[in-house]
Amino acid sequence: MNFTEYIDLLFTDYTLQTITLGTAVLGALCGMLGSFAVLRKQSLLGDAISHAALPGIALAFLITGSKDSNTLLIGALISGLVGTFWIRGIVKNTHLKSDTALGLILSLFFGFGMLLLTFIQKMPNANQAGLDKYLFGQAATLLTSDVWTMCVIAGLSLLVLLVFWKELKLMLFDADYTKSLGFNIKFLDVLITFFIVVSIVVGLQTVGVVLMSAMLLAPAAAARQWTNSLSVMVGLAAIFGATSGVLGTAISASANNLSTGPVIVLIAAVFVLISFVFSPKRGLLFREIRYWNNRKDLQLNKTLAFMYHIVKTHENIDHPHAIKILNSFQGFTRKSLQKLEDREYITLNKSMWSLTEKGFEKAANLYNQSEENE
Amino acid sequence: MSSAQIEIQLIASLVAIACAIPGTFLVLRKMAMISDAISHSILPGLVVGFFLTEDLNSPWLILLAAITGVITVIMVEFIQKTGLVKKDTAIGLVFPALFSIGVILIAKNANDVHLDVDAVLLGELAFAPFDRVLMNGMDLGAKSLWVIGIIVTVTVILLVTFFKELKISTFDKQLAATLGFSPLVLHYGLMSVASITTVGAFDAVGAILVVALMIAPAAIAYLLTNNLKKMLVIAVIAGVSSSIGGYWVAHYLDASIAGSMTTVLGLLFLLVYLFAPNKGLVAVLFRQKRQQAEVHLLTFMLHLQNHSEESERHINHLREHINWGKIQSKTVLDLALKNNMIVISDDIISLTEKGKGFTEKAIDYITTNSTVAIEKMKEDFFLFRG
Repeated sequence: MNFTEYIDLLFTDYTLQTITLGTAVLGALCGMLGSFAVLRKQSLLGDAISHAALPGIALAFLITGSKDSNTLLIGALISGLVGTFWIRGIVKNTHLKSDTALGLILSLFFGFGMLLLTFIQKMPNANQAGLDKYLFGQAATLLTSDVWTMCVIAGLSLLVLLVFWKELKLMLFDADYTKSLGFNIKFLDVLITFFIVVSIVVGLQTVGVVLMSAMLLAPAAAARQWTNSLSVMVGLAAIFGATSGVLGTAISASANNLSTGPVIVLIAAVFVLISFVFSPKRGLLFREIRYWNNRKDLQLNKTLAFMYHIVKTHENIDHPHAIKILNSFQGFTRKSLQKLEDREYITLNKSMWSLTEKGFEKAANLYNQSEENE
Repeated sequence: MSSAQIEIQLIASLVAIACAIPGTFLVLRKMAMISDAISHSILPGLVVGFFLTEDLNSPWLILLAAITGVITVIMVEFIQKTGLVKKDTAIGLVFPALFSIGVILIAKNANDVHLDVDAVLLGELAFAPFDRVLMNGMDLGAKSLWVIGIIVTVTVILLVTFFKELKISTFDKQLAATLGFSPLVLHYGLMSVASITTVGAFDAVGAILVVALMIAPAAIAYLLTNNLKKMLVIAVIAGVSSSIGGYWVAHYLDASIAGSMTTVLGLLFLLVYLFAPNKGLVAVLFRQKRQQAEVHLLTFMLHLQNHSEESERHINHLREHINWGKIQSKTVLDLALKNNMIVISDDIISLTEKGKGFTEKAIDYITTNSTVAIEKMKEDFFLFRG
């Protein structure tokens, strides 16, 4: 199937519509809540939670025997929450650092989940096939009911974000101040963590345990580069997430043998890469250009200062000097002299230069920090 | 026990040793999550290596995959240095991207590659003894045994040779730099060893268990000791014993060996987390409770000293004035009585000589805020702790 066929199918094929809508909603949900995870420096928490959810899925299946995705997701939610709060317990009560706690819970829960999964697979008469889709995710297995679940959860978290917007924002940037104003930090913390866990859990079916953390992080990390405002960041992250979802589904549907999860993650990674390089304020490209300009300005100022020290010894400022005498000072070129003339700091006359009034003023005040930089 | 069983346990134990050593340093250097990143991002290296060599145990493949691991670390550090995102976000961005590339590479070439993503992630120790090293028709043992054996040997040799340097650079980077050990060389050396171990171990136990085997034994050891050498030994013991224990659990349940090794490790960690002396949860909570009772006692004694009038020293007044519950007041009173700091006559509480001494010392301590440890003072006065 090529891309145009895909577009045609998108308007006619019900399954494809469901999947596209599902990945879009998931991307938006993850981008929204991921912004909070990134800003709270809990980026890897998502990774740990998604792995920690696995034994919950297996246990839910073992106990209920049902493969209904909502049942399994409740199991995942419970074990994800247990994992999250155990991580907090470890960090709070022992000397172990948070990275160790994350790695511990991640690998230990996942290992236990694998034990359960292989145990289930060996069980006689179990309709266990399909549980391992939670490992890598299969967007193709999304049903309308799953997409409904996602929409409800996305709507709910949007509502919570809107209701507690002020408090959450305050907590993100100054937790102590929030506490002193009398807000219940513990409640807010549990609230936002709970919704992050929920969003991870609903994404498991689509992108899987291993890649879920990237869904949470990448849109938020990309959005962070374009703005310093929380609301814009959350909005942008949601858009980036939804776009990666839609594009990822499109690409994986139009090629053979491409699983959706990894493609979505790679698209999101491309967003991050573009944002890192091209964002106007923080991006690497513009930052390099800014450095380069600053260096050039500095070079010009140095030339000007050197001239100023020569001119200072003379009676009148515009007394012409040979360019040759600048030779002991290395940092000038024809071009830089031309630039100084353009700025009316000096006048050039063949091989002679002289400082103008404006240039003298400028050079005299070069070290005066209060002077505005041009 | 058949020879295959012994071989599996031997491989598992060697993997545990090979992981525990770099793992200990990763945990101490607060880089535990790097091992998670490495274990995932070696996948594209493995796949490319497999295209070239078609042999999962080829040294070239191991080298190539290990280089991918080191590249991951370099990428994470590069992103972190740009200051655009925090380090943990950098980790979380790099490894899923690389892992996705690996998954896609495998999926695109599914027909030519006998490499399964599940196998990479989970490993299958049970098959390890089937792949033999044959030399001149002679059976020299399982291939993975050789691979992991060599890795363990090299790791131990490196550890012994550079123990001093590693120790200093782990605990005091500046000192190590002044003494002339390049922190950079040690850092990347450690990262290389971690990468090679991860690659060498993954096909036996899978990428995720490698993480468990690196972090969990080190974390267990960290809760039990403050001495680096002891920590290494305990980590190795914890790793090896849960490997062997895990093998038998898997044997009994007929489930994944890697999964049950991790589960045993998890239970071991839970035990240590709860009951480790001094650093375990029970010990910490006990200490907190004692501290609380002792601070209450101090408050109570100060209150008594401030008020000479009888109404303020009545036993029932305690509850009203300091706002303590019934049980709490009783604990404090009992503690004070046991330590001979107060006497109660007709429900009126008075300080004893010893109690007065203690209170004065305590006031000194509070007002001057001197460095005299309050613990020392408690030792001097307390017969019974709170």
